[in-house]
Amino acid sequence: MTGATKLTRRGLLRGFGAAPVIASCAGPSSGEAAAEAVSPADPLIDAVAIGPGLAPLDLRLNGAARTVEAAPQATLLALLRDQLAITGTKEVCDRGACGACNVLIDGEVRSACMTLAHDVAGREVTTVEGLATSGAPSPLQRAFVELDALQCGYCTSGMLISCSALLSRARGPLSRAQIQGAIAGNLCRCGCYEQVIAATLSAAGERSAL
Amino acid sequence: MRPFSLIRPTTLAAARARALAEPQARPFRAGGIDLLGLMKEGLRAPAELIELHALSATEGAEMRALAATEGGLRVGALVSLAALARAKGLPPSFEALREAASSAATPAIREAATVGGNLLQRPRCWYLRHPDLECLKSGGASCLAEGGENRLHAILGGGPCYIVHPSTLAAPLVALAATVTILGGGGRRTLPLEELFAPPRERIDAEHRLAAGELLLALELPAPAPGLRSVYEVAKEKLSHDWPLAEVALSVVVEGQTIRGARVVLGHVAPIPWRALAVEQALVGQVASAELFARVAPLASVGARPLAQNGYKVALTQGLVRAALHRACDVPIPE
Repeated sequence: MTGATKLTRRGLLRGFGAAPVIASCAGPSSGEAAAEAVSPADPLIDAVAIGPGLAPLDLRLNGAARTVEAAPQATLLALLRDQLAITGTKEVCDRGACGACNVLIDGEVRSACMTLAHDVAGREVTTVEGLATSGAPSPLQRAFVELDALQCGYCTSGMLISCSALLSRARGPLSRAQIQGAIAGNLCRCGCYEQVIAATLSAAGERSAL
Repeated sequence: MRPFSLIRPTTLAAARARALAEPQARPFRAGGIDLLGLMKEGLRAPAELIELHALSATEGAEMRALAATEGGLRVGALVSLAALARAKGLPPSFEALREAASSAATPAIREAATVGGNLLQRPRCWYLRHPDLECLKSGGASCLAEGGENRLHAILGGGPCYIVHPSTLAAPLVALAATVTILGGGGRRTLPLEELFAPPRERIDAEHRLAAGELLLALELPAPAPGLRSVYEVAKEKLSHDWPLAEVALSVVVEGQTIRGARVVLGHVAPIPWRALAVEQALVGQVASAELFARVAPLASVGARPLAQNGYKVALTQGLVRAALHRACDVPIPE
């Protein structure tokens, strides 16, 4: 095995499995000329134009300043997963209907699939990777593990984001109803809702005991 | 999504001029929830998105306002549903609006989705949203819902198209007598919100009466009459994140035990927010009671013509009206 690259399931998909899939799904846009740019006959007045084509943007991602290039049609989800290979945020429905791609933008829970990459210029984005501090899982993440709040794990990143946002904005003891409200947009088809609620209550209890 | 440019105008005039030059190819973008959904489905392929969030602080002030006004409330078109739902100091009389804003979509969607976008989003009819089908609204010859899968479609005011209006904020805003301010070629105009909506018989290509390039700036809720209470009731198949099967928002002015005024608005049962005028008329001047509510609730469906699969909406709507009246007037439900 000397010199062989270590293969992981994720690495395998990234390396060659997913590339042709992505290429074949790119749709009509990939082979077409870019959309018509702002033309000299149609000058911009009191406005700036971004694109078509790649354009730079600055953001803060999980506490670090980043400068990236993204096309106007790239979603924040595509930027995170496909371009920056930050894959904790999951893609499931791609229509804002499942909560798997929830991230925090300036502390607010948002669907990364319904946000354009250029929407987060100058803003602070926190993904599930940003919930841990110095590599140590947050109390909420520990409670998820201890109380078995996940099965397949596909909803987990989004659940953690929704519940973290609730923990940071809620004052006093948490109610079940508050947690149910916070995860009202997070689908879990394994049916781990009860454990998610228990884990969030536990993390809130731990916090108030401090 | 096909490639496009993002245009970030700093002034209202620049935003409107840019859009007006090619209205179909240059939609305004606020929260973008409906727009991105349509683009991802291939139903729209704009060349440019005119980003209203880019307006300067001064130029966008009216569209971003969420402020009390002499007892009433001003809500800018760019205010998010989440901001509206958690606004402090919303008069208790406007409870229906807060309840509706907290109930739509999901917490994450509500952070992005705006009041203006909620009112102007396209219908969710699965035939209209099907990329391979042509219905009346998408250039075809007939309504595919009329003889097709129509359990979620209109029972009131339908034909020749049977969409239900998709806005959850529309019913409470109409129940609270909101007016809307629009910026167009002739300057600004203000009209009652109910007049913003166009039924399919009047206009098939859109659900509103805005002209190309016109901008919905803000809504104004007048100061509530003393004793005004409002509530919002909704039935969904799922408890969270689902489109309403039927909803009602109503406001009543109660003096002692007597109902002095009522506005009863049904949602998701008609192509426009639907005033239940027969219910309103039957309530005014009467003493609030369980007996009265049982008698007037069936009037909510006066004129209903259910399709093959949506007859359940008749009873559902009547039940929602009855429940809403009990809650608004604080009369216990007997059964």
